[in-house]
Amino acid sequence: MLTLAHFLTLGAVLFCIGVAGIFLNRKNVLILLMCIELMLLAVNMNFVAFSRFLDNYDGQVFVFFILTVAAAEAAIGLAILVVLFRNRGSIDVEDLADLKG
Amino acid sequence: MTINELQLALPEIFVLSMACVVLLADLFISDERRGLTHLLAVLTLVFATILTLRVMLPPGEVLYAFSGTFIRDRFGDVLKVFSYIILAGVFVYAKHYLRQFNLFKGEFYTLSLFALLGIMVMISAGNMITIYLGLELLALSTYALVALDRDSRFGSEAAMKYFILGSLASGLLLYGMSLIYGATGSLDLATISAALGDGMGDSMLLTFGLVFVVIGIAFKLGAVPFHMWVPDVYHGAPLAITLFISSVPKLAGLALAIRLLDNGLIGLHGDWQGMLVVLAALSLVLGNVIAIAQTNIKRMLAYSTISHMGFMLMGILAGTPEGYAAAMFYAIAYAITSAGAFAVVIMMSIDGREADQIDDYKGLARRNPWQAFLMLMMLFSLAGIPVFIGFFAKWQVIAAALQAGFVGLSVLAVLAAVAGAFYYLRIVKLMYFDEPDQEAPVSAPVDFRAVLTINGVAVLALGVFSGGLISLCVSAFV
Repeated sequence: MLTLAHFLTLGAVLFCIGVAGIFLNRKNVLILLMCIELMLLAVNMNFVAFSRFLDNYDGQVFVFFILTVAAAEAAIGLAILVVLFRNRGSIDVEDLADLKG
Repeated sequence: MTINELQLALPEIFVLSMACVVLLADLFISDERRGLTHLLAVLTLVFATILTLRVMLPPGEVLYAFSGTFIRDRFGDVLKVFSYIILAGVFVYAKHYLRQFNLFKGEFYTLSLFALLGIMVMISAGNMITIYLGLELLALSTYALVALDRDSRFGSEAAMKYFILGSLASGLLLYGMSLIYGATGSLDLATISAALGDGMGDSMLLTFGLVFVVIGIAFKLGAVPFHMWVPDVYHGAPLAITLFISSVPKLAGLALAIRLLDNGLIGLHGDWQGMLVVLAALSLVLGNVIAIAQTNIKRMLAYSTISHMGFMLMGILAGTPEGYAAAMFYAIAYAITSAGAFAVVIMMSIDGREADQIDDYKGLARRNPWQAFLMLMMLFSLAGIPVFIGFFAKWQVIAAALQAGFVGLSVLAVLAAVAGAFYYLRIVKLMYFDEPDQEAPVSAPVDFRAVLTINGVAVLALGVFSGGLISLCVSAFV
């Protein structure tokens, strides 16, 4: 029998993978975008699980909003990525080091 | 939904419609007549001010709309009116800069108006969904604004860093919200507050949720240790955008903190107070110390922002109406002063080069005495020298923190302010006592100079007659 704790653990694990990916990844900016997406999906998992076990639909409504905003966010992120590539010819995280001080 | 509810949200509906009108109208406006877009955007702000003031609520009265997701109260109205006024000033300053750097396009106005809409939604939020949507509308518009200069290496790098860290912050905030939803069974801030008052909710879920929410707020405000994005974004973004980021969104950050921590989670005040103390202390010390080492004025003002956010947090962490009023006064004072300081930096930027090195300010008093004097007023206000608005703002937050019993933090704040005075006064010294490297006089269009003068007078007058603004802020939290 699956309990709330199972879903919360899955959400927490996914979220941690997302956050760890952002901090550990030194290679490609695209992977950062995927990690952000994973974090938001982990949050969605939490909301849906709580919503189901609390028998309250607010959480599921929130999930729709998060999905929509995540789509807009990905669009803007990719647009910035294109601009970045045009200016530098590289999307390596290590090359993002001009601004320092 | 009744007509009456729609009327409460009339300023938001108006700004949304006008943002779309500006977007469409700009397509049919030729490059030489781009001033029309500017005029349309400024008029939007004027009418939004009128619409908001038309139903300004008396102190203490709160009206709810759309099932409690939207709140109309005096706190929101005052913050919104100041957002319009400051943004109007930002538009006038930005126009001069954008013209000079060939960036004078309609996108700036559309995105700024959408960002303003996000700020307004966040200020009026009564539900975690509204908070999140307002926050994202502001954030997404700002990411795009930072990349406004598409051919700039620095701009695109700053936009990418801002985007990644901003999204990370949103994710953390959302994760916290999901845990709080799980513990209390509601997304509505008033219901959450009531549930916490009844002692409902699993305490471990709540504590975890609170930690994530506070981290999210700290990221958005740029408080240490979540400040990494601030200097890079301030440095990399075009000056007009730095000016925007450093002014109006600070009011939104204050609203975000107060709506979430006070309206929703006041039942956990004891827990979040301790976290904010650490954030405030670190921001005060680190912001001021690192700013001393900067030679780029944009980076210097970025670190100064971090320290100012530390001061603002001191007001919030008191958790009393006086504390919130002090923090609100601080945010408004900072937004006005910072806009003025960046306006002088914009005015100095001639011949297609941003005057972002501290040495560019050498001998400014000889090249343009009035402008140097205005810069001196802004810097004195930021440093917290008496008579100027910044002094009273610091005084208010320190008094609030003392009342809440934080003597050590208050002493630290005073010491940090003294250390901070060093780097502000260094620029005053360069302006007044050093020989200029170049003799070219500095000048700007007449509307720019007029607004800058009003801005300077406001920094002085709101300081000398600070009682009016302070009582306005106090009346927001009756």
